[in-house]
Amino acid sequence: MDGITPQLLALQVFTGLALGAIYVLLAVGLSLIFGMLTVVNFAHGAFFMLGAYVGVFAAEQTGSFWAALVLAPLAVAAVGMVCERWLIRPLYGRGIDYPLLLTFGLAYIMVEGVRIGFGKSGLPFDTPELLQGSVSLGFADFPTYRLFVIAVVAALLLGLWLLIERTSFGLIVRAGARDPVIVRVLGIDVSRVWLLVFGMGTGIAALAGVLSAPLQGVSPEMGTSVLTVAFVVTVVGGMGSLMGAVVAGLLVGVVESLAVLFFPEAAKVSMFVLMAGVLLVRPQGLFGRAGLMA
Amino acid sequence: MHPRCHVPPRRLMLAFTTVALVSAAGLAQAQSAPIKIGLPIPLTGPYGAEAKDQAKNAELAVKEFNDAGGLAGRRAELLVRDDKLNPGEAATRTLELLEKDGANFIVGGLSAATQLSINNVTRQRKVIYVSISQSDAINEAADASPYTFHEALNPHMTTQALGHFVFKKGMRIAFLTADYAYGQEMTRGFTRVAKEVGAEVVGEVKHPLGHQDYSTFLPRLQAMKPDVLVFNNFGRDNQVAIKQAADFGMKKSMRFMTPILTYTARVSGGPSVYDGVIGGTQYFWGIQDGTASAKTFNASFRALNDGRYPSDYGAMAYSAVKSLLLAVKAAGSTDTEKVATSLRTLKYDTYKGTQYYRGCDQQSVQSVMVIESKAKDVKDPADVFRVIHVEPASEKLLRSCQELGFK
Repeated sequence: MDGITPQLLALQVFTGLALGAIYVLLAVGLSLIFGMLTVVNFAHGAFFMLGAYVGVFAAEQTGSFWAALVLAPLAVAAVGMVCERWLIRPLYGRGIDYPLLLTFGLAYIMVEGVRIGFGKSGLPFDTPELLQGSVSLGFADFPTYRLFVIAVVAALLLGLWLLIERTSFGLIVRAGARDPVIVRVLGIDVSRVWLLVFGMGTGIAALAGVLSAPLQGVSPEMGTSVLTVAFVVTVVGGMGSLMGAVVAGLLVGVVESLAVLFFPEAAKVSMFVLMAGVLLVRPQGLFGRAGLMA
Repeated sequence: MHPRCHVPPRRLMLAFTTVALVSAAGLAQAQSAPIKIGLPIPLTGPYGAEAKDQAKNAELAVKEFNDAGGLAGRRAELLVRDDKLNPGEAATRTLELLEKDGANFIVGGLSAATQLSINNVTRQRKVIYVSISQSDAINEAADASPYTFHEALNPHMTTQALGHFVFKKGMRIAFLTADYAYGQEMTRGFTRVAKEVGAEVVGEVKHPLGHQDYSTFLPRLQAMKPDVLVFNNFGRDNQVAIKQAADFGMKKSMRFMTPILTYTARVSGGPSVYDGVIGGTQYFWGIQDGTASAKTFNASFRALNDGRYPSDYGAMAYSAVKSLLLAVKAAGSTDTEKVATSLRTLKYDTYKGTQYYRGCDQQSVQSVMVIESKAKDVKDPADVFRVIHVEPASEKLLRSCQELGFK
């Protein structure tokens, strides 16, 4: 390969890590809902898209990207909770494919709804002024906004980890994931906890949507590919493992980036090759518990 | 022995009269039956916005034909079908249009692939097809049919016009190319022009169709240090790639160019994404000040569509249907042979100046515009491009008939 300098290689790896951080963000919400509720949320991409649209709307109304960044996840979390309470809850205890099919259909409804409401052709969304342009990393320039996204992802993960591992709410969530019957016997309303977890998962999907809007604009189809990436990352990391989602997201980003550099034709397929390889060696994923899908 | 069948003469007369009456009625019906034009386009999918606009434009052409009295009272009718941007679906819809709905002509197709599959059907059935999307392959002798006409530009003529205007001797050119027919044909065309003017092609990075994040493709392109970076992709891919390349600060050191800068992509992408980007197009409504037919066309489209301007791809559908119906009128019939003959000799100025179909490949010889996207602060939100050059209609922009494989 000609023209590949150490500088280019370094920038390529860094770009891959930055892309990986976005992948982590896409996967966390999906992983959270699966890990705690054992619901495979096929509407994840649609919630992502909805978040982006609500974000655009909120930014237009308030004139502030920052307000959109807060309001959109809250609004979409509310939609998610309504879906959990009245659509998904009746399906608990019926096997994993029932909620899967339901959310699959839900995704179609949401995408068509947005098409009807906002049109098919997509809307522009500019990077907030404060984060426009690029910063020098020493070896190359890098978009300021992408660095900001990495920071948000890091903060979000830290917050989530503290919530789940260090609070009594987190204790209940973890206990509920292990044995909901015993938790219920102890006098705790598990369904309320699940409602909140589903809301959090969809809210994080929406946050990812708002954060992605300045990178690619918004369109009704923007969630379709997100679902694929989120699934690959979740499966490689291990279904339901937060740590797994982080490691796998970064790994997928770097693998894709290096594939682009050395063998661009394989760029799209590289993540699936990685997934197949991991599944051959560790069927439960890098950090997954075995038998969760059973 | 069979007894000879005897029919009384009166009964025989009655039978004859009935037959005569029925066929006369049939004839009368054929005379007043509408002229049906099938329009398979991708209403759903990533080019939905363009397709919807094509339908609106085609409707306008049909309306104008009917308002002017049709073909001696015979009205035209448009049958819009969704091909979902899928070649198989496009072939099925076209077959249905011909077999079930009795379409007389087919116009449409908004991708190289659907266009080729529609053409396969119409070529076999000897039906007139006016294609309205860019492809070089369809112009070649292997896919030619005496009944297929190309109203759209093709990648070769687009790259000829644009490349000769932008490329200069010694310039460094790099490509970011969507890895399918459209992108590859654009790269091929631009590379040829670069050679002709003495510019240097410093490299190409290919990306899969429908990609969302181009960040990993950009460092390589940056390292090539080009003067001009050409985005050989379309629609949303084009929008996202240009936006992300600008985020990486690449606009500062190189010129962004894209072969087809569409009105819909520019409007949905926003002014800051496309700021300063150069591209080609077959039509922008802004030429109306110097072009009478554009002025009339814009005005009648706006009157029907809440003051919206027609888009480039939309206008192509208008011109295709309009010129087809002009040919029908000139031929005085919907007979395929007669209309095809009339199309071949037609000189039409439907919306942007005189056009005609070249003999061998029946490609519409027409002008190509070089446009530049305007920055944020324009008064009219529809006023998005500046026309910086109009390459006049000329067969020089096309590959020679010989090169296409015609004898």
